[in-house]
Amino acid sequence: MIELYILLIFMIVGAIIAVEMKDLLSSIVAVGAVGLALSIVFLILKAPDVAITQLVVELLALIILIRATLKRDLPFSTSGRWFLNTFITVIFIAVFLLIALVCLKDLPKFGYPIMRVSQEYLKDGLLKTGAPNIVAGIILDYRAYDTLGEATILFTAVMGVLAIARRVGRKREGQEDIEDKEEF
Amino acid sequence: MIVYVLCLVLFCVGLYCILRKRNIIKIIIGTIITEYAVNLFFILIGYRMKGRAPILSPDTAIENMVDALPQALVLTAIVIGLATTALLVALAMRIYEKYGTFDITKIRELRR
Amino acid sequence: MSRESEQGMSVIVKTVTRLTVGLILLYGIYILSHGHLSPGGGFAGGVIIALSFVHLMLAYGKEVALRKLPRGAASFFESMGALMFLAISLLGFTAGTFFLNVLGKGEPFRLFSAGIIPLCNIAISLKVGAGLFAIFVALVLLKFESETKK
Repeated sequence: MIELYILLIFMIVGAIIAVEMKDLLSSIVAVGAVGLALSIVFLILKAPDVAITQLVVELLALIILIRATLKRDLPFSTSGRWFLNTFITVIFIAVFLLIALVCLKDLPKFGYPIMRVSQEYLKDGLLKTGAPNIVAGIILDYRAYDTLGEATILFTAVMGVLAIARRVGRKREGQEDIEDKEEF
Repeated sequence: MIVYVLCLVLFCVGLYCILRKRNIIKIIIGTIITEYAVNLFFILIGYRMKGRAPILSPDTAIENMVDALPQALVLTAIVIGLATTALLVALAMRIYEKYGTFDITKIRELRR
Repeated sequence: MSRESEQGMSVIVKTVTRLTVGLILLYGIYILSHGHLSPGGGFAGGVIIALSFVHLMLAYGKEVALRKLPRGAASFFESMGALMFLAISLLGFTAGTFFLNVLGKGEPFRLFSAGIIPLCNIAISLKVGAGLFAIFVALVLLKFESETKK
């Protein structure tokens, strides 16, 4: 499993670079590198469905992010307020990590999961649903309610973006109608 | 055990970015990194040593497969993360139009 | 014609795009339709189909891409995908409970098998693909009031 550790350390270093860079375009490229390494980690952990989805979704997120920042001025970010705030934040994160380390001891050992529900799904997945891809059988037959909820969330998000990006806003007093409204 | 700790360190890097940075685009980048860490944690929990991918093949019988249930959960979580990111970016563009800057310390006034 | 050659990117990008856009669309349909046999499924296939249209818009400028898939058509496809998914799930009421897998199972490892799973994949991919393309078009065409006043 040595490649898993190497890729995880690469992801952490890439994330630190993405957080600390002053140039916005470079930090977006670093986030892209972290996402690509994450897709390879998903392949190592034997999850091909998730790897394909993570790759293409991260591509689309990068395109949308670059569209937002490239055309505006101010491509450099100013750093935050200084020493006391950094200190308090680091203390908070250290406390969070310590408590999480205590809780992590209760998890089963890495590589030996309990899998009480999944054994039923894996045993008669092919008989009951007829699909050799068991993950597709789970999300569309055993747990189809979750997929319905996800479709609703996506619909709401699309409506939200279209409502924010509409051209016609509330009219202020004394302002005439904006010509050629672009309506969705 | 060390794998879980590394995954949590990635989560904390994203959390630090959300808390400390002043630029809205940096906060969005922190959100993206945090989502990556959470999805990775789910798939790490379901891994089985020397397991195979949960896809049956017509000629060989596959004995031990990795846990298929967390993969089904993460599949929808990834697409929902994209929807959240798009919404945040649309909000950031509107804020830039109104205030002329991405700096969150300068957008205090409620303008009419 | 000269206006179309001024927008978008350079000639090299346009030529390569003309060759690859059809392949990307076909690949997305392949991943979508074999979702129950090999890794992939509705979500990944839908996003790849949306990416092919985004590729067209990035290389050629927005008028050419919007001629291929106008904005009204994108919102129509998205609503149709969501309604199709709901209709398939309500079909389960005829045999018992909500979301029951009512169509025949068929033999495994064939393309037309596994009940309602391929139909659900098509509905979800329509919804996801059209929705994400609509998000991208909305963010690209967002013209500010300050820009139009100048």
